[in-house]
Amino acid sequence: MSISNAPVKVETPFRRFVAGFCESKVALAGLAVCTLIILAAIFAPWIAPQNPYDLAQLDIMDGRMEPGTVGGGGFTYLLGTDDQGRDMFSGILYGLRISLLVGAGSALLAGLVGATLGLLAAYVGGRTDSLIMRLVDLQLSFPAILAALMILAALGKGVLNVVIALVIVEWAYYARTVRGSALVESKREYIEAARGLSLPTRRILFNHLLPNCLPPLIVVGTIQVARAIALEATLSFLGLGVPITEPSLGLLIANGYEYMLSGKYWISFYPGIALLLTIVSINLVGDQVRDVLNPRLQK
Amino acid sequence: MTVFLLRRLLQASGVVLAMTLLVFLGVYAVGDPVEILISPEADQLERERAIKALGLDLPLWRQYLVFLGNALQGDLGRSFVFNEPALRLIFDRMPATLELALGATFLALLIGLPLGLFAGLRPNALRSRIIMAGSILGFSLPTFWVGLMLIMVFAVQCGWLPSTGRGETVTILGMRWSFLTWDGLAHMAMPMLSLSLSRIGLVIRLTRSGVRENMVMDYVKFARAKGLSPNRIVFVHVFRNILIPVVTVMGLELGGTIAFSVVTESVFAWPGMGKLIIDSINVLDRPVIVAYLMMIVMLFITINLLVDLSYSVLDPRVRLESRE
Repeated sequence: MSISNAPVKVETPFRRFVAGFCESKVALAGLAVCTLIILAAIFAPWIAPQNPYDLAQLDIMDGRMEPGTVGGGGFTYLLGTDDQGRDMFSGILYGLRISLLVGAGSALLAGLVGATLGLLAAYVGGRTDSLIMRLVDLQLSFPAILAALMILAALGKGVLNVVIALVIVEWAYYARTVRGSALVESKREYIEAARGLSLPTRRILFNHLLPNCLPPLIVVGTIQVARAIALEATLSFLGLGVPITEPSLGLLIANGYEYMLSGKYWISFYPGIALLLTIVSINLVGDQVRDVLNPRLQK
Repeated sequence: MTVFLLRRLLQASGVVLAMTLLVFLGVYAVGDPVEILISPEADQLERERAIKALGLDLPLWRQYLVFLGNALQGDLGRSFVFNEPALRLIFDRMPATLELALGATFLALLIGLPLGLFAGLRPNALRSRIIMAGSILGFSLPTFWVGLMLIMVFAVQCGWLPSTGRGETVTILGMRWSFLTWDGLAHMAMPMLSLSLSRIGLVIRLTRSGVRENMVMDYVKFARAKGLSPNRIVFVHVFRNILIPVVTVMGLELGGTIAFSVVTESVFAWPGMGKLIIDSINVLDRPVIVAYLMMIVMLFITINLLVDLSYSVLDPRVRLESRE
């Protein structure tokens, strides 16, 4: 008789979540691509063969070279160069940093604002609730692209301004989601108990109510990161997003627009592929997270 | 019903009023119109006269009231650039945007419904999985980049389709339409396709979940027991029940499609409202920006109102709720 002395795995919500997530191979692939992209963005200065914004490293003679050409600097331009002789591969790596930063940053901030307002609406109720929810309705009935366009027209270009615009157009999704689950949770006994202990409202909201509203918040958050990245790219493409000194993927694509008609496809093509991979991988992860966390689909 | 309608109308006008205030403050916070409107060579006296003539010496709330009064009479100011009434400028461009948005919606239904039906009827088939993966792609593809790629393939490399403009138009009811000529249709094809991609993904998903929900319902079992052919069950009975939510959502999305055509029109230089607004933002043509926004706000409020009304007609539960 042998007794296995491997530690017995206790089933925790987190482990159950991981096991559920791993059921889909497509989602795992999405997660892998997503991780790779994030790592590439973080370590861009070490991976990129060239610093695309150091003008001393650029050679105007290498402008508009096809992918695979060996340039004057001695290294191969894997994905070609733009009109100023900038290595597209390096440009994309640096562009990814800005796209991801804006996307994740705005989603995080919008989540913070939206979750707080949603919790307040559900917990306080009454006037506060209907005022916040009217605002949410107003926000959601107006298309995000137009609202962001207007805000940027008023504020002007800039990374921070894009983040502000995205937070303003996105908070409502979080607020609505959090309010929905907080309404259910705030009727439970543990909130009653916390109230009975006369804990401060802030503590009830953030230490007791919020953790129990997290699953739907995470789902919305993942999908909103992808949306924010796409929206930022669109705004930058229209010339209203990030400034030319800090080009995101959207701006790189816009730069290649005029060369497209003369058949120089790579200036727009590869940044677009990078953008697509980013958005698709985040969406795949988000889809699976939603399926795993959805209580209706749980066995 | 009348009370419900009145209350909704009252709410809608409240929202319109709030939006005029927001739009006015937002747009008039941008830059200084004096810089743009009055030539830099003008002397102090001329400047002051011009400022007075434009009403820019009044406090902001008075300016807002003047704007509101004019807006009620259908006057949203003259464009600085075209020196035409802003509203007429927008109405001139509207048919182009409308035909693009409606065309994209139609295309999305045409492609999305059959694919969604297939994916819903055989959820585990390989082809269904490919369709569903494709629908995620449809959501994720950045519209403007797809537009560029379409131009690259069909206009630059193959030379089949023109990449910019509306082409030949036909005038009906005083408005110019492209979709009635072959040349116009050729010009419309790429913008329409790139605008409809995300909608196709949406239609596929809606149809698929509709089919899966409906196929297990009692009326389908009954129809089977009655000996109806599978084709008849799917294409007559189930299809009709799926169509209601799909068409409702697509109607709701029409406003979004019109808004999103800003991007498509910029890529393909399609002379619609969206291109006009981007150009106006770039040159700070305030009256046009304000007029466009007001148009869009009105459009959205009308769409939302219509949807609410049709819900309360179709679904008795909504009516009961509003009575409480």
